[in-house]
Amino acid sequence: MAETLTVPKTKSGDGGGGDFVDQSFGDYGSGGESQKRADTAKLGLRIALGSVTMLFAAFTSAYIVRSAGEDWIPLAAPSLIWVNTVILLFSSVTMELGKRAFESWRPVAFRKWIAVTAVLGALFIAGQVAAWNQLASQGIYLQSHPHSSFFYVLTGVHAVHLLVGVLALFYVLMLARRYELTPGESSSPGVVATYWHFVGGIWIYLIVVLFYL
Amino acid sequence: MSEGHDDHGHGKQSFISKYIFSYDHKMIAKQYLTLVMFMAVVGGSLAMLVRLQLGWPGQHAQFWETLFPAGMAQGVMTPEFYVMLFTMHGTIMVFFVLSLGPVSGFGNFLIPLQVGARDMAFPFLNMMSFWTALPGAIIILISFFVEGGAAASGWTAYPPLSAIRSAIPGSAMGQTLWIVGMIFFIASFTMGGLNFVVTILNLRTKGLKMMRLPLTTWAQFLVGILGLLAFPALAAGSILLLFDRGLGTSFYLPAGIFIGDTLFPHSGGSPLLWQHLFWFLGHPEVYIIMLPALGFTSDIISTFTRRPIFGYRSMVYAIVAIAMLSFVVWGHHMFVSGMSPFLGTAFTMTTLCIAVPSAVKVFNWLATLWMAKIQFTTPMLFALGIVSFFVTGGLTGIFLGTNVVDIQLHDTYFVVAHFHFIMAGAGLFGLLAAVYYWFPKMFGRHMNERAGKVHFWFTFIAYYGVFFPMHYLGISGMMRRIYDPNTYDYLKPFQNVNTFISISAFILGLAQVIFLANYFWSMFKGKKVESENPWHANTLEWSTPIHPGHGNWPGDIPEVYRWPYDYQHPDEEGDHAPQWQPPAKVKAAK
Ligand code: HEM
Ligand SMILES: [Cu+2]
Repeated sequence: MAETLTVPKTKSGDGGGGDFVDQSFGDYGSGGESQKRADTAKLGLRIALGSVTMLFAAFTSAYIVRSAGEDWIPLAAPSLIWVNTVILLFSSVTMELGKRAFESWRPVAFRKWIAVTAVLGALFIAGQVAAWNQLASQGIYLQSHPHSSFFYVLTGVHAVHLLVGVLALFYVLMLARRYELTPGESSSPGVVATYWHFVGGIWIYLIVVLFYL
Repeated sequence: MSEGHDDHGHGKQSFISKYIFSYDHKMIAKQYLTLVMFMAVVGGSLAMLVRLQLGWPGQHAQFWETLFPAGMAQGVMTPEFYVMLFTMHGTIMVFFVLSLGPVSGFGNFLIPLQVGARDMAFPFLNMMSFWTALPGAIIILISFFVEGGAAASGWTAYPPLSAIRSAIPGSAMGQTLWIVGMIFFIASFTMGGLNFVVTILNLRTKGLKMMRLPLTTWAQFLVGILGLLAFPALAAGSILLLFDRGLGTSFYLPAGIFIGDTLFPHSGGSPLLWQHLFWFLGHPEVYIIMLPALGFTSDIISTFTRRPIFGYRSMVYAIVAIAMLSFVVWGHHMFVSGMSPFLGTAFTMTTLCIAVPSAVKVFNWLATLWMAKIQFTTPMLFALGIVSFFVTGGLTGIFLGTNVVDIQLHDTYFVVAHFHFIMAGAGLFGLLAAVYYWFPKMFGRHMNERAGKVHFWFTFIAYYGVFFPMHYLGISGMMRRIYDPNTYDYLKPFQNVNTFISISAFILGLAQVIFLANYFWSMFKGKKVESENPWHANTLEWSTPIHPGHGNWPGDIPEVYRWPYDYQHPDEEGDHAPQWQPPAKVKAAK
């Protein structure tokens, strides 16, 4: 009795093929070392962006809850943010040009576009500081009312993310200057580009949430 | 046998790069575990002080004044000090012991070894993760020594107490440091989670499909995802809290708050907003603590019954279901916050759904254990302890998850009993089971078995002695976070129960001295392990040399041919076939 019971069937779970979990994750074992590293970096970035998305989702839900409050006074968007929006959109274009230049291995153009993007990013942050000043000079401060609080906090958190992007661009430039980047192998230009577009997307999203919701 | 030689070309490492700013996941894991052990001693001592007060409320013992001149002036504990004690106890235990231990500690140690990788996907990030957690821990600890003392708004930090700096002494500098420390913790934990998920997805060795992963690694995978998706909510909440505290915003603060004679200028904020953001993290956090313990339990039970874990697939699907459900149940912490009864009922339904996959796990463990020839080693005893706690705490969870019942039980000692079984007990025993089980892999020596068993029995019995009677106190109406229950006449008859609980708690605390002594003694003097695979287990970490170097395997990474639970496989000789052993037919053909 006990004898038969100590040897249960082991079929279940032996990981035989056809399981949808394995199909969706794929098996492992192919690809060269550097290919693996590039994939790893890309995957890492995508997952990190999931976290950033949750951060802004949490802020959004707080915003929605709070905007139901009786003391909610709608804020007029400071005009400068439209200038900044254009700068940021433009920087996504230059970022893409840089990435493509890298992929088709035109190193001079690549470095040029990356540098231009970094400058545009820095310009955007400066523009945001100016936009905050513009609001403050109208007497609308962080603590004036909930909408202004959210405006300052959300655009501030966004600016921090963009700053990270600018630093990453400088890092890519540094690698490029040291000739450490090879198309098809190095992942950093592609990864930084994805991040950059994502942070640009977050900006559009914030504008919609803050002023059109 | 052999010393694993270094495969990564860091032949000669300086002390600093080997022990301090190490990139090696195994060393980082040991750094985490050392930190955790220290934090556990602090967090445990705080619990002892809480029990000192509740066992003998307002007792005068001059001696304490020398230790805590402010908190225990004239040898009597002040209410302000009491509040700080349980706040910091909860915070330290939840985040800095049971998250950093089983997850950051053992996750780091085991994931690359169990998936067959040379290291984590991002070793630099991994190092940074530890060096962010450490400052976080230090900030939390120094908050005891600032003016006003440590934070005192509970581990949940509800505003307004946490948002107005002059509310109570602990709301001042202490609360600020609490938030800053938590932000460090969140940063560290997110970096760790990123590494976990990417490593498990991308760096598995040849043949290691997802459905061949040990359940421990499955648990760590889900924990990584939970952390990445849930902690940002607390990060956002904490940022808003900092603004309310320091910069005059009103995210959480409503109008009309008076402290003393001062009216605060805030208006319109919603304290409930914090509760939502906090518990959106808070509930998944409970599973961040528990899932690794459940994974260890499955693997340890399988090893020491010499049987495949029963229902591997259903185990995987169960933890996936638990992880997903954990995002839609947070409202069960807020049944008495005035939420709509319809919403409350919805949260009740989702909460009760979790009972299903949880029961699946328990039945699978019982089926694995059923009539098995169990080897009662110390790690096995602790794993069985987890099963016991999981059942005890799970049953009370059904009561608390039902909104109509929770209205009565909310914020009583019933809740304290519940979460100390399901979360604290399971988590703590998981950590201890893991230490006993993987100690040979970490240090090449065994821990002393006899001391381990003595430690287990004292801990297990005392644990029930502490927390089981709390159910009765709670049903009788003793509220949690109360400084002196005897201020209420109807609670006076329960003083002897409280004294009993406190004596059990001190026994529980003292029993941990046996563990600490055993740990450090065994590190240097324990019995040396004789082969790479002392427990005759199947998972990949046991295929590394006794002392694996950086890079883990001296030669090629082994290929995986099977799932990790081939014990007593009818086609294989011997009682177990490790994952790296080719199937009998292939071997015969060669
Ligand atoms: C060493 C054994 C332990 C003892 C004797 C103990 C004792 C206590 C007591 C008596 C309280 C209630 C304080 C009150 O409501 O006034 C408490 C609260 C708490 N404990 Fe423990 N505890 C222990 C271990 C743990 C562990 C391992 C965890 C890990 C998760 C933990 C987490 C908490 C939490 C989260 C609270 C709630 C704090 C709050 O209300 O803000 N405890 N503990
Ligand atoms: Cu919960």
